[in-house]
Amino acid sequence: MKRTTYGLALASALSTLTVTAAQAQTEILWWHAMGDRLNELLDEQAAQFNASQSDYVVVPTYKGNYSETLNAGIAAFRAGEQPHVLQVFEVGTATMMAAEGAINPVYQLMADSGADFDPGAYLAAVTGYYTNTDGQMLSLPYNSSTPVLWVNRDLFTEAGLDPDMDLSTWAKVGEALDALKAAGVGCPLTTAWQSWIHLENLSAYHNVPFATQENGFAGLDTELAFNGPLQVQHIQALGDWARDGKFVYTGRRNEGGANFRGGECALFTESSAGYATIAAEAEFDFGVRPLPYWEGVEGAPQNTIIGGASLWVLAGHDPEEYKGVAALLNFLSTPEIQAAWHQNTGYLPITTAAYELSQEQGFYEANPGADTAIIQMTGKAPTPNSKGIRLGNFDQIRTIIDEELEAVWAGDKEAQAALDSAVERGNQLLRRFEQAAGN
Amino acid sequence: MEKRVTFRGWLLPVLLLAPQVAVTLVFFFWPAGQAVWQSLFIPDPFGLSAQFVGLGNFEFLLKDPYYRASFVTTAIFSSLVTLISMVPALWLAVLADRLIKGSGTYRSLLIWPYAVAPAVAGVLWLFMFNTRVGVIAWYLGLLGYDWNHVLNGTEAMGLVVVASSWGRISYNFLFFLAGLQAIPRSVIEAAAIDGARFWKRFWTIVFPLLSPTTFFLLVVNVVYAFFETFGVIHTITGGGPQQATTTLVYKVFADGFVGQDLGSSAAQSVILLVVVGILTVIQFRWIERRVHY
Repeated sequence: MKRTTYGLALASALSTLTVTAAQAQTEILWWHAMGDRLNELLDEQAAQFNASQSDYVVVPTYKGNYSETLNAGIAAFRAGEQPHVLQVFEVGTATMMAAEGAINPVYQLMADSGADFDPGAYLAAVTGYYTNTDGQMLSLPYNSSTPVLWVNRDLFTEAGLDPDMDLSTWAKVGEALDALKAAGVGCPLTTAWQSWIHLENLSAYHNVPFATQENGFAGLDTELAFNGPLQVQHIQALGDWARDGKFVYTGRRNEGGANFRGGECALFTESSAGYATIAAEAEFDFGVRPLPYWEGVEGAPQNTIIGGASLWVLAGHDPEEYKGVAALLNFLSTPEIQAAWHQNTGYLPITTAAYELSQEQGFYEANPGADTAIIQMTGKAPTPNSKGIRLGNFDQIRTIIDEELEAVWAGDKEAQAALDSAVERGNQLLRRFEQAAGN
Repeated sequence: MEKRVTFRGWLLPVLLLAPQVAVTLVFFFWPAGQAVWQSLFIPDPFGLSAQFVGLGNFEFLLKDPYYRASFVTTAIFSSLVTLISMVPALWLAVLADRLIKGSGTYRSLLIWPYAVAPAVAGVLWLFMFNTRVGVIAWYLGLLGYDWNHVLNGTEAMGLVVVASSWGRISYNFLFFLAGLQAIPRSVIEAAAIDGARFWKRFWTIVFPLLSPTTFFLLVVNVVYAFFETFGVIHTITGGGPQQATTTLVYKVFADGFVGQDLGSSAAQSVILLVVVGILTVIQFRWIERRVHY
């Protein structure tokens, strides 16, 4: 592992030299939102690509967080200065899709540039989010993760519980929370990204719609549908736990991660990509479990959906440059690159070959639980309810959901009233988006 | 006889005014006009198409009870920020004005917080009140107070108000101190000889003579509280919990720059412009009458 890192650093240094030496190569601009360690890993990928061929030079640029990167890309497009490749978070998918004149869909790009492209090589559960109803891939998934349940095994032992106890259903989790609370654990359960995990993934995992029209995949006339009995039951259960001090709300993003890694919280629902930081910081024995489900719901557990970002190719460049982009996307999809990315970051591999390569390399034996997320996502073929979510103005809709859920956690609203209100408010934004897209 | 200095002809005055007018046109009227124009459309983010909706964006906003509620939130927030950034500043300025030794040091130290960028100030305050590792939250816990601005709207409001006001105290302090030093010593000394004590002198002489400064700061701070505080709110609460700290300008920022709904965002900034315009007119018509120049 160490040796490859040095090798990559060397490759990166060498390629920096070649960039200055050979300006005749076609430049491919790649704007992204990967900070810190992820930024280094991304730069290494670009350096490897540049070293692997001599026709193109990829220039990656960090543009800030996801919103800032999307804004920068949009502003650049309006000014006619857009990059070739833009990393966009999953929430921006509908925005990108609707902008037909601004994007060059990946399937189209691959066909036009004559590159080898086999959509079947990709994991359907991952690429499905970025695929249209005709099965055509619009953007290339880059960093994808799915929510899992993280366990502080030491706190379980201290509370007199078996750390290997069954936590597959929310009912079992409820029993564990009772025992943890009784044993004086201050934070039995916390979560990150509440809308993503406890409504979007909850719905997919139980094969119930989050929104009509196949969660927005089949049309812009979609309406929110997450105020059904299952979602109400789940949010009410969490609300009751919050009232009893068994579920501790820490914020809208992943603030709870600090509480879990600091050893205060026994259970934590968070992205599988939380692995890198948890492994680095946690000074206790931790475990990872599949996301719990509610027993007795037909088809549950189905599969969970992804979060993260994908790479969109923007319109308005020369065909020759698009050949380079196609080469880059193919390079990023190779098993070696994908397996390394998956193993270093905790993000999911996007191809079956990368998953198999990681198995062959013995990664999952060395890191038990690292394949929980993949198994959870690929266990069943995705249904229209579990393919993904594609809604316009989704960022504002998530804010509305955050607001309404906070009302439940604070005890100001019942789950049904809060979710009804969120659906009604969100639908108005969906109508606005439909209007903006001109349909 | 005409005593005022007047220009002969119009060329020179126009030339002298031109740069200022040009700056105002380019940096104020042009963008404001664009905002008004954009507020009549629902555009797609990439600028590929735009649907003309007339006043539809305004109708959509004003029909929304949550948007109307953010007017109240904004009023509370702005009043508190203005009050908390001005009163302590005046108090500190009065104290610093009386110092004989080391006043330079005190002044420099008191001006420092103004150099801290709003978003950074937000992060500083967030850390002090962080429910898990915050120093102040921890001390409050020792006193038996369970601080949780993540779910408690009142506490969240208090926190963003303090974080927004903190750096402004320095700014206001500077102006108050300059204002105090411009008051003729002889007037105050005469009152002192007549037996007026400090607070008597303050309320009857100093405060009225300071009123032009106070009025200027009032206008400037209200504008600050309305327009420049979204960075702090964004870093500390993101408008939550629920909608407890969603002010008008924060919503402009969130809908426009994060959510890409440019039509709604433009309409909101037009509404904000009108509100602040009305407020400024009120301030100049009613409060300025009580200012002694």
